[in-house]
Amino acid sequence: MYVAVKGGEKAIENAHQRLAERRRGDRAQPELSVVQIEQQMPFAVARVMTEGSICDPTLAALAIKQAGGDLVEAIFLLRAYRTTLSRFCSSLPLDTTAMQVNRRISAIYKDLPGGQRLGPTFDYSHRLLDFSLMAAADDSWAQGPAPVGADEARAEAADPETLSRVLQILEREDLIVTEQDDGAAPADITRDPPSFPCNRSARLQSLVRGDEGFLLALGYSTQRGYGRNHPFAGEIRVGEVEVLIAPEELGFAVSIGDIEVTECELVNGFTHGADEDARFTRGYGLTFGYAERKAMSMALVDRALQADDYDEERSSPAQQEEFVLAHCDNVEAAGFVSHLKLPHYVDFQSELELLRKLRTAGAPQEIPA
Amino acid sequence: MNAHAVRDGYNFAYLDEQTKRMIRRALLKAVAIPGYQVPFGGREMPMPYGWGTGGMQVTAAVIGADDVLKVIDQGADDTTNAVSIRAFFRDLTGVATTERTADASLIQTRHRIPEQPLQAGQILIYQVPIPDPLRFIEPSEVETRKMHALEDYGVMHVKLYEDIARHGHIATTYAYPVLVNGRYVMDPSPIPKFDNPKMHHSPALQLFGAGREKRIYAVPPFTDVQSLDFEDHPFEIQRWEQSCAICGSNQSFLDEVITDDKGGKMFICSDTDYCRSRSHAVDQAVDQAAKENAA
Repeated sequence: MYVAVKGGEKAIENAHQRLAERRRGDRAQPELSVVQIEQQMPFAVARVMTEGSICDPTLAALAIKQAGGDLVEAIFLLRAYRTTLSRFCSSLPLDTTAMQVNRRISAIYKDLPGGQRLGPTFDYSHRLLDFSLMAAADDSWAQGPAPVGADEARAEAADPETLSRVLQILEREDLIVTEQDDGAAPADITRDPPSFPCNRSARLQSLVRGDEGFLLALGYSTQRGYGRNHPFAGEIRVGEVEVLIAPEELGFAVSIGDIEVTECELVNGFTHGADEDARFTRGYGLTFGYAERKAMSMALVDRALQADDYDEERSSPAQQEEFVLAHCDNVEAAGFVSHLKLPHYVDFQSELELLRKLRTAGAPQEIPA
Repeated sequence: MNAHAVRDGYNFAYLDEQTKRMIRRALLKAVAIPGYQVPFGGREMPMPYGWGTGGMQVTAAVIGADDVLKVIDQGADDTTNAVSIRAFFRDLTGVATTERTADASLIQTRHRIPEQPLQAGQILIYQVPIPDPLRFIEPSEVETRKMHALEDYGVMHVKLYEDIARHGHIATTYAYPVLVNGRYVMDPSPIPKFDNPKMHHSPALQLFGAGREKRIYAVPPFTDVQSLDFEDHPFEIQRWEQSCAICGSNQSFLDEVITDDKGGKMFICSDTDYCRSRSHAVDQAVDQAAKENAA
């Protein structure tokens, strides 16, 4: 008998096999290694680590390889692995002021202590396809001459600095609201289900894991008038920070290594505090690895979600906490959208039966006034 | 029954024991307050959200080595996602699986309740996409939690009334809201309303898991479950003029199967185990009759 869409284990097995073939591509070509992805696709790795919530470039590269370059799928793989890990310690708060900075820019001061450091950036490159990258890779790279200026760049990179924070300049003059640590234990959105309204720490956690594209669009919408908050890029810094843990039995903090993070602090339109003095407000973004677009998007949305704190009317999508946080997770969103591919013929049959019944009953009745 | 080996490097039923305890605590609360949606710390599962992660977490929390598991999707054991979830639990628990409703101690389901009445001691675990029946009337969780707390369900009746005014019928055919234990309005998950009466006073324990929405709720055995309706528009279930083309049943939920591209179609039971056991019984009766005739 003909029964479509019901498929057994054999069909699933074949589908896995065909997916593996598709991922591998032409076998005449050498296979990508995980270390190549880790080394040569750092931006993909950074995004997958950030939204996948594990700071591990090798695992992120493995997930990207296994997902055939589908980053949302790779994020999902990493999250599913993450849930199986036991948690033995919480780190101390990262001290990003002590960051070994590879890139640091500020759009609010022309020059400032430590200066502007461009570091590696797409910002000023002309987006012209570089056909020289199409040339078959050969082994001469090891011996070949370094690009012009590379020596200076390398010297600069080899000498990362610790720089003071730009927003501290404003804080010292009491021109900006200060971020205060109230000492409360941070929320853990991976353990406790969200309840709205949620606190800032739960909000920031959701945003870090949130889909870059979704947050980019929401951040952009605030710039186009849907919940304007007059942002300036106060400071963006990328570099290595030390991760410290303080195990109870030890009684003091020990370093467990350095990780690369991107941090964005926005300076936003001012508000009048209880003392009637006007101060700038702020938005905050942080990611694993070098992921500047995400950090900026996050900071824009973080500020938009502070509407209640400053008695601003919540009139736009980016200001609606429940809307933003309930929909920003791409693992949740992709899962629920894709479930439409599952069979729904029982529900559909019910609708079909109703529609036929309505048709038999004749024209729809008027709604009584 | 001995459990087979669990896949290397993973705990029995995938989740760690602390997570299972957390889910069991939520389940106990859910059983204590029938129909109330209990928030729980839902975990990521290795299947996508929307594909049964809530049901799987509940199953993982209650399954033991002696359980016999049945998994259905749209009533059938052989739909791809049911096959996949069954394979997952076989791999990560080693428990016995079955397609026979009567033999299962745990049944994880999507969109159906088996036709064969469930027995005391069985647990039916529903996969739930949107746990709040009020969600499509009021999108905000903050608001709907208040409405449940205050038993403020007027909007639900207004919605059903508007259906009647507009279409002459209540136009909800699946995920049809029910009142549980006279207190909470509950979403029975997207089962056809045909299945709603089976929930009422069922001897089996019914557990509901919504993974993406991180909610668990339950209907304990022998609990009142009333489908919402009006005195002059009583609740009705779907009926077919046809009978199942395979087993001849006129009591079961039928799927319409298109047999060609010229409009040909047939109707067959959506519950494959029910259909198979009936057609098996019919075959046996026919054989028996043939033997008696021959004798």
